[in-house]
Amino acid sequence: MKTSLLVALSALLIPAVSEAARPWLLPSQTVLARSGGWVAVDAAMADDLFSVNQGAMPVDTLIVSGPDGQPVAPQNVTKSRSRSTFDLELRQAGTYRIAVADDAVMARWEEDGKPKRWRGTPAEMATGIPASATKLEVEQTQRRVETFVSVGTPTEVKATAGTGIELAPTRHPNDLYARETAKFRFLLDGKPAKDLDVEVIAGGTRYRDAPGEMTFKTDKNGEVAITWPAPGMYWLEVSVQDEGATAPGVKKRRASYAGTFEVLTQ
Amino acid sequence: MNRKTRVALWLALAACGGSANAADLSLNVEIPQLPVAEYHRPYVAVWIEGADQTIAANLAVWYQLRGDHTKWLPDLRQWWRRGGRDLKVPVDGLTGATRPVGQHLLKFDAAQAPLSALKPGKYTVVVEAVREVGGREAVRIPFEWPIKKAQSASAKGSTELGAVALSLNP
Repeated sequence: MKTSLLVALSALLIPAVSEAARPWLLPSQTVLARSGGWVAVDAAMADDLFSVNQGAMPVDTLIVSGPDGQPVAPQNVTKSRSRSTFDLELRQAGTYRIAVADDAVMARWEEDGKPKRWRGTPAEMATGIPASATKLEVEQTQRRVETFVSVGTPTEVKATAGTGIELAPTRHPNDLYARETAKFRFLLDGKPAKDLDVEVIAGGTRYRDAPGEMTFKTDKNGEVAITWPAPGMYWLEVSVQDEGATAPGVKKRRASYAGTFEVLTQ
Repeated sequence: MNRKTRVALWLALAACGGSANAADLSLNVEIPQLPVAEYHRPYVAVWIEGADQTIAANLAVWYQLRGDHTKWLPDLRQWWRRGGRDLKVPVDGLTGATRPVGQHLLKFDAAQAPLSALKPGKYTVVVEAVREVGGREAVRIPFEWPIKKAQSASAKGSTELGAVALSLNP
């Protein structure tokens, strides 16, 4: 009785998923007049938005898509202690989608009574997790971290991945102004992501006492209507935990989307 | 008074612990339960501020001890500025682990450090709390030193802190 209570209590105390710092991409600018320019982008994991004070976000899985949908190679890619950085040359007019998207499997098990951990791609599971693993717990994580930059008139942003959470905006993410309402639409595995919690936080958290987060819930079309209170850089996060894993033998899945959006003055 | 009575009286006094007569300052700090998705216990600093706003006495500093998490101490903005940055943590009897949601009673003997060093004058007790992916708040309660009569005062935080109650016993 006493032991079972203790076990129940300790289960409450240990979170199922350890909370990681907030991931974000921060572009040096989001609106450019003419093609031929450059933007610099920082990639970091830090709860203070957008302070480079916690850790770098790896950009191994960075994919930049140009206005024509073709990949654009990042340049001067550097991973320093506190952030990753890269430059983008914007040769064409239109919108660039800058995304770090991971699809990974996290596993925890016991081997000879010792706890083991592993993280890798679904394809590497067979070699990464031993068949003899006991008390095996696996979870698939589909994370997408994005931002957008436009040269001249913004062009349509399309969701093309079909897995995890994606943004299929109604209002263009490079056409946001203070006190205006923008509708954003989210997809989960290519279908409207309904009833998901969306959190929006303005940058500059270090200079505020209140965290000032705004929370929304997606409707049946996967849409939220966000009225931006003031100009600035904003961070948005949507996440879901379900049983929609696609990796073999895995049930639990955690999908998340984190975007950085610039809101301009009215 | 015979010898037997005298011993009994002496024993009765000793049972009171001696401290029954000593003046003390006690402070009850409430860490409120917050309806947030991601909750971390707050870092909290409690100190006595002099009229010139310098730290007259540090009373408590709670931060995450496991791992190297002293890097977030500057987020206790006012405590850090007023003197936290000059302190080499950990400090015996001052620093400790973060506390859970609930009431936390702190009691200090007026005759012992750090209160014994207070000069007569006007002071303020400051409680400052800051939470990871949360907010920051400071609550202040003014008082006068030394303690002349039993007194209590309270203040209430609105976000990161609940009720803070100060009681002074001469």
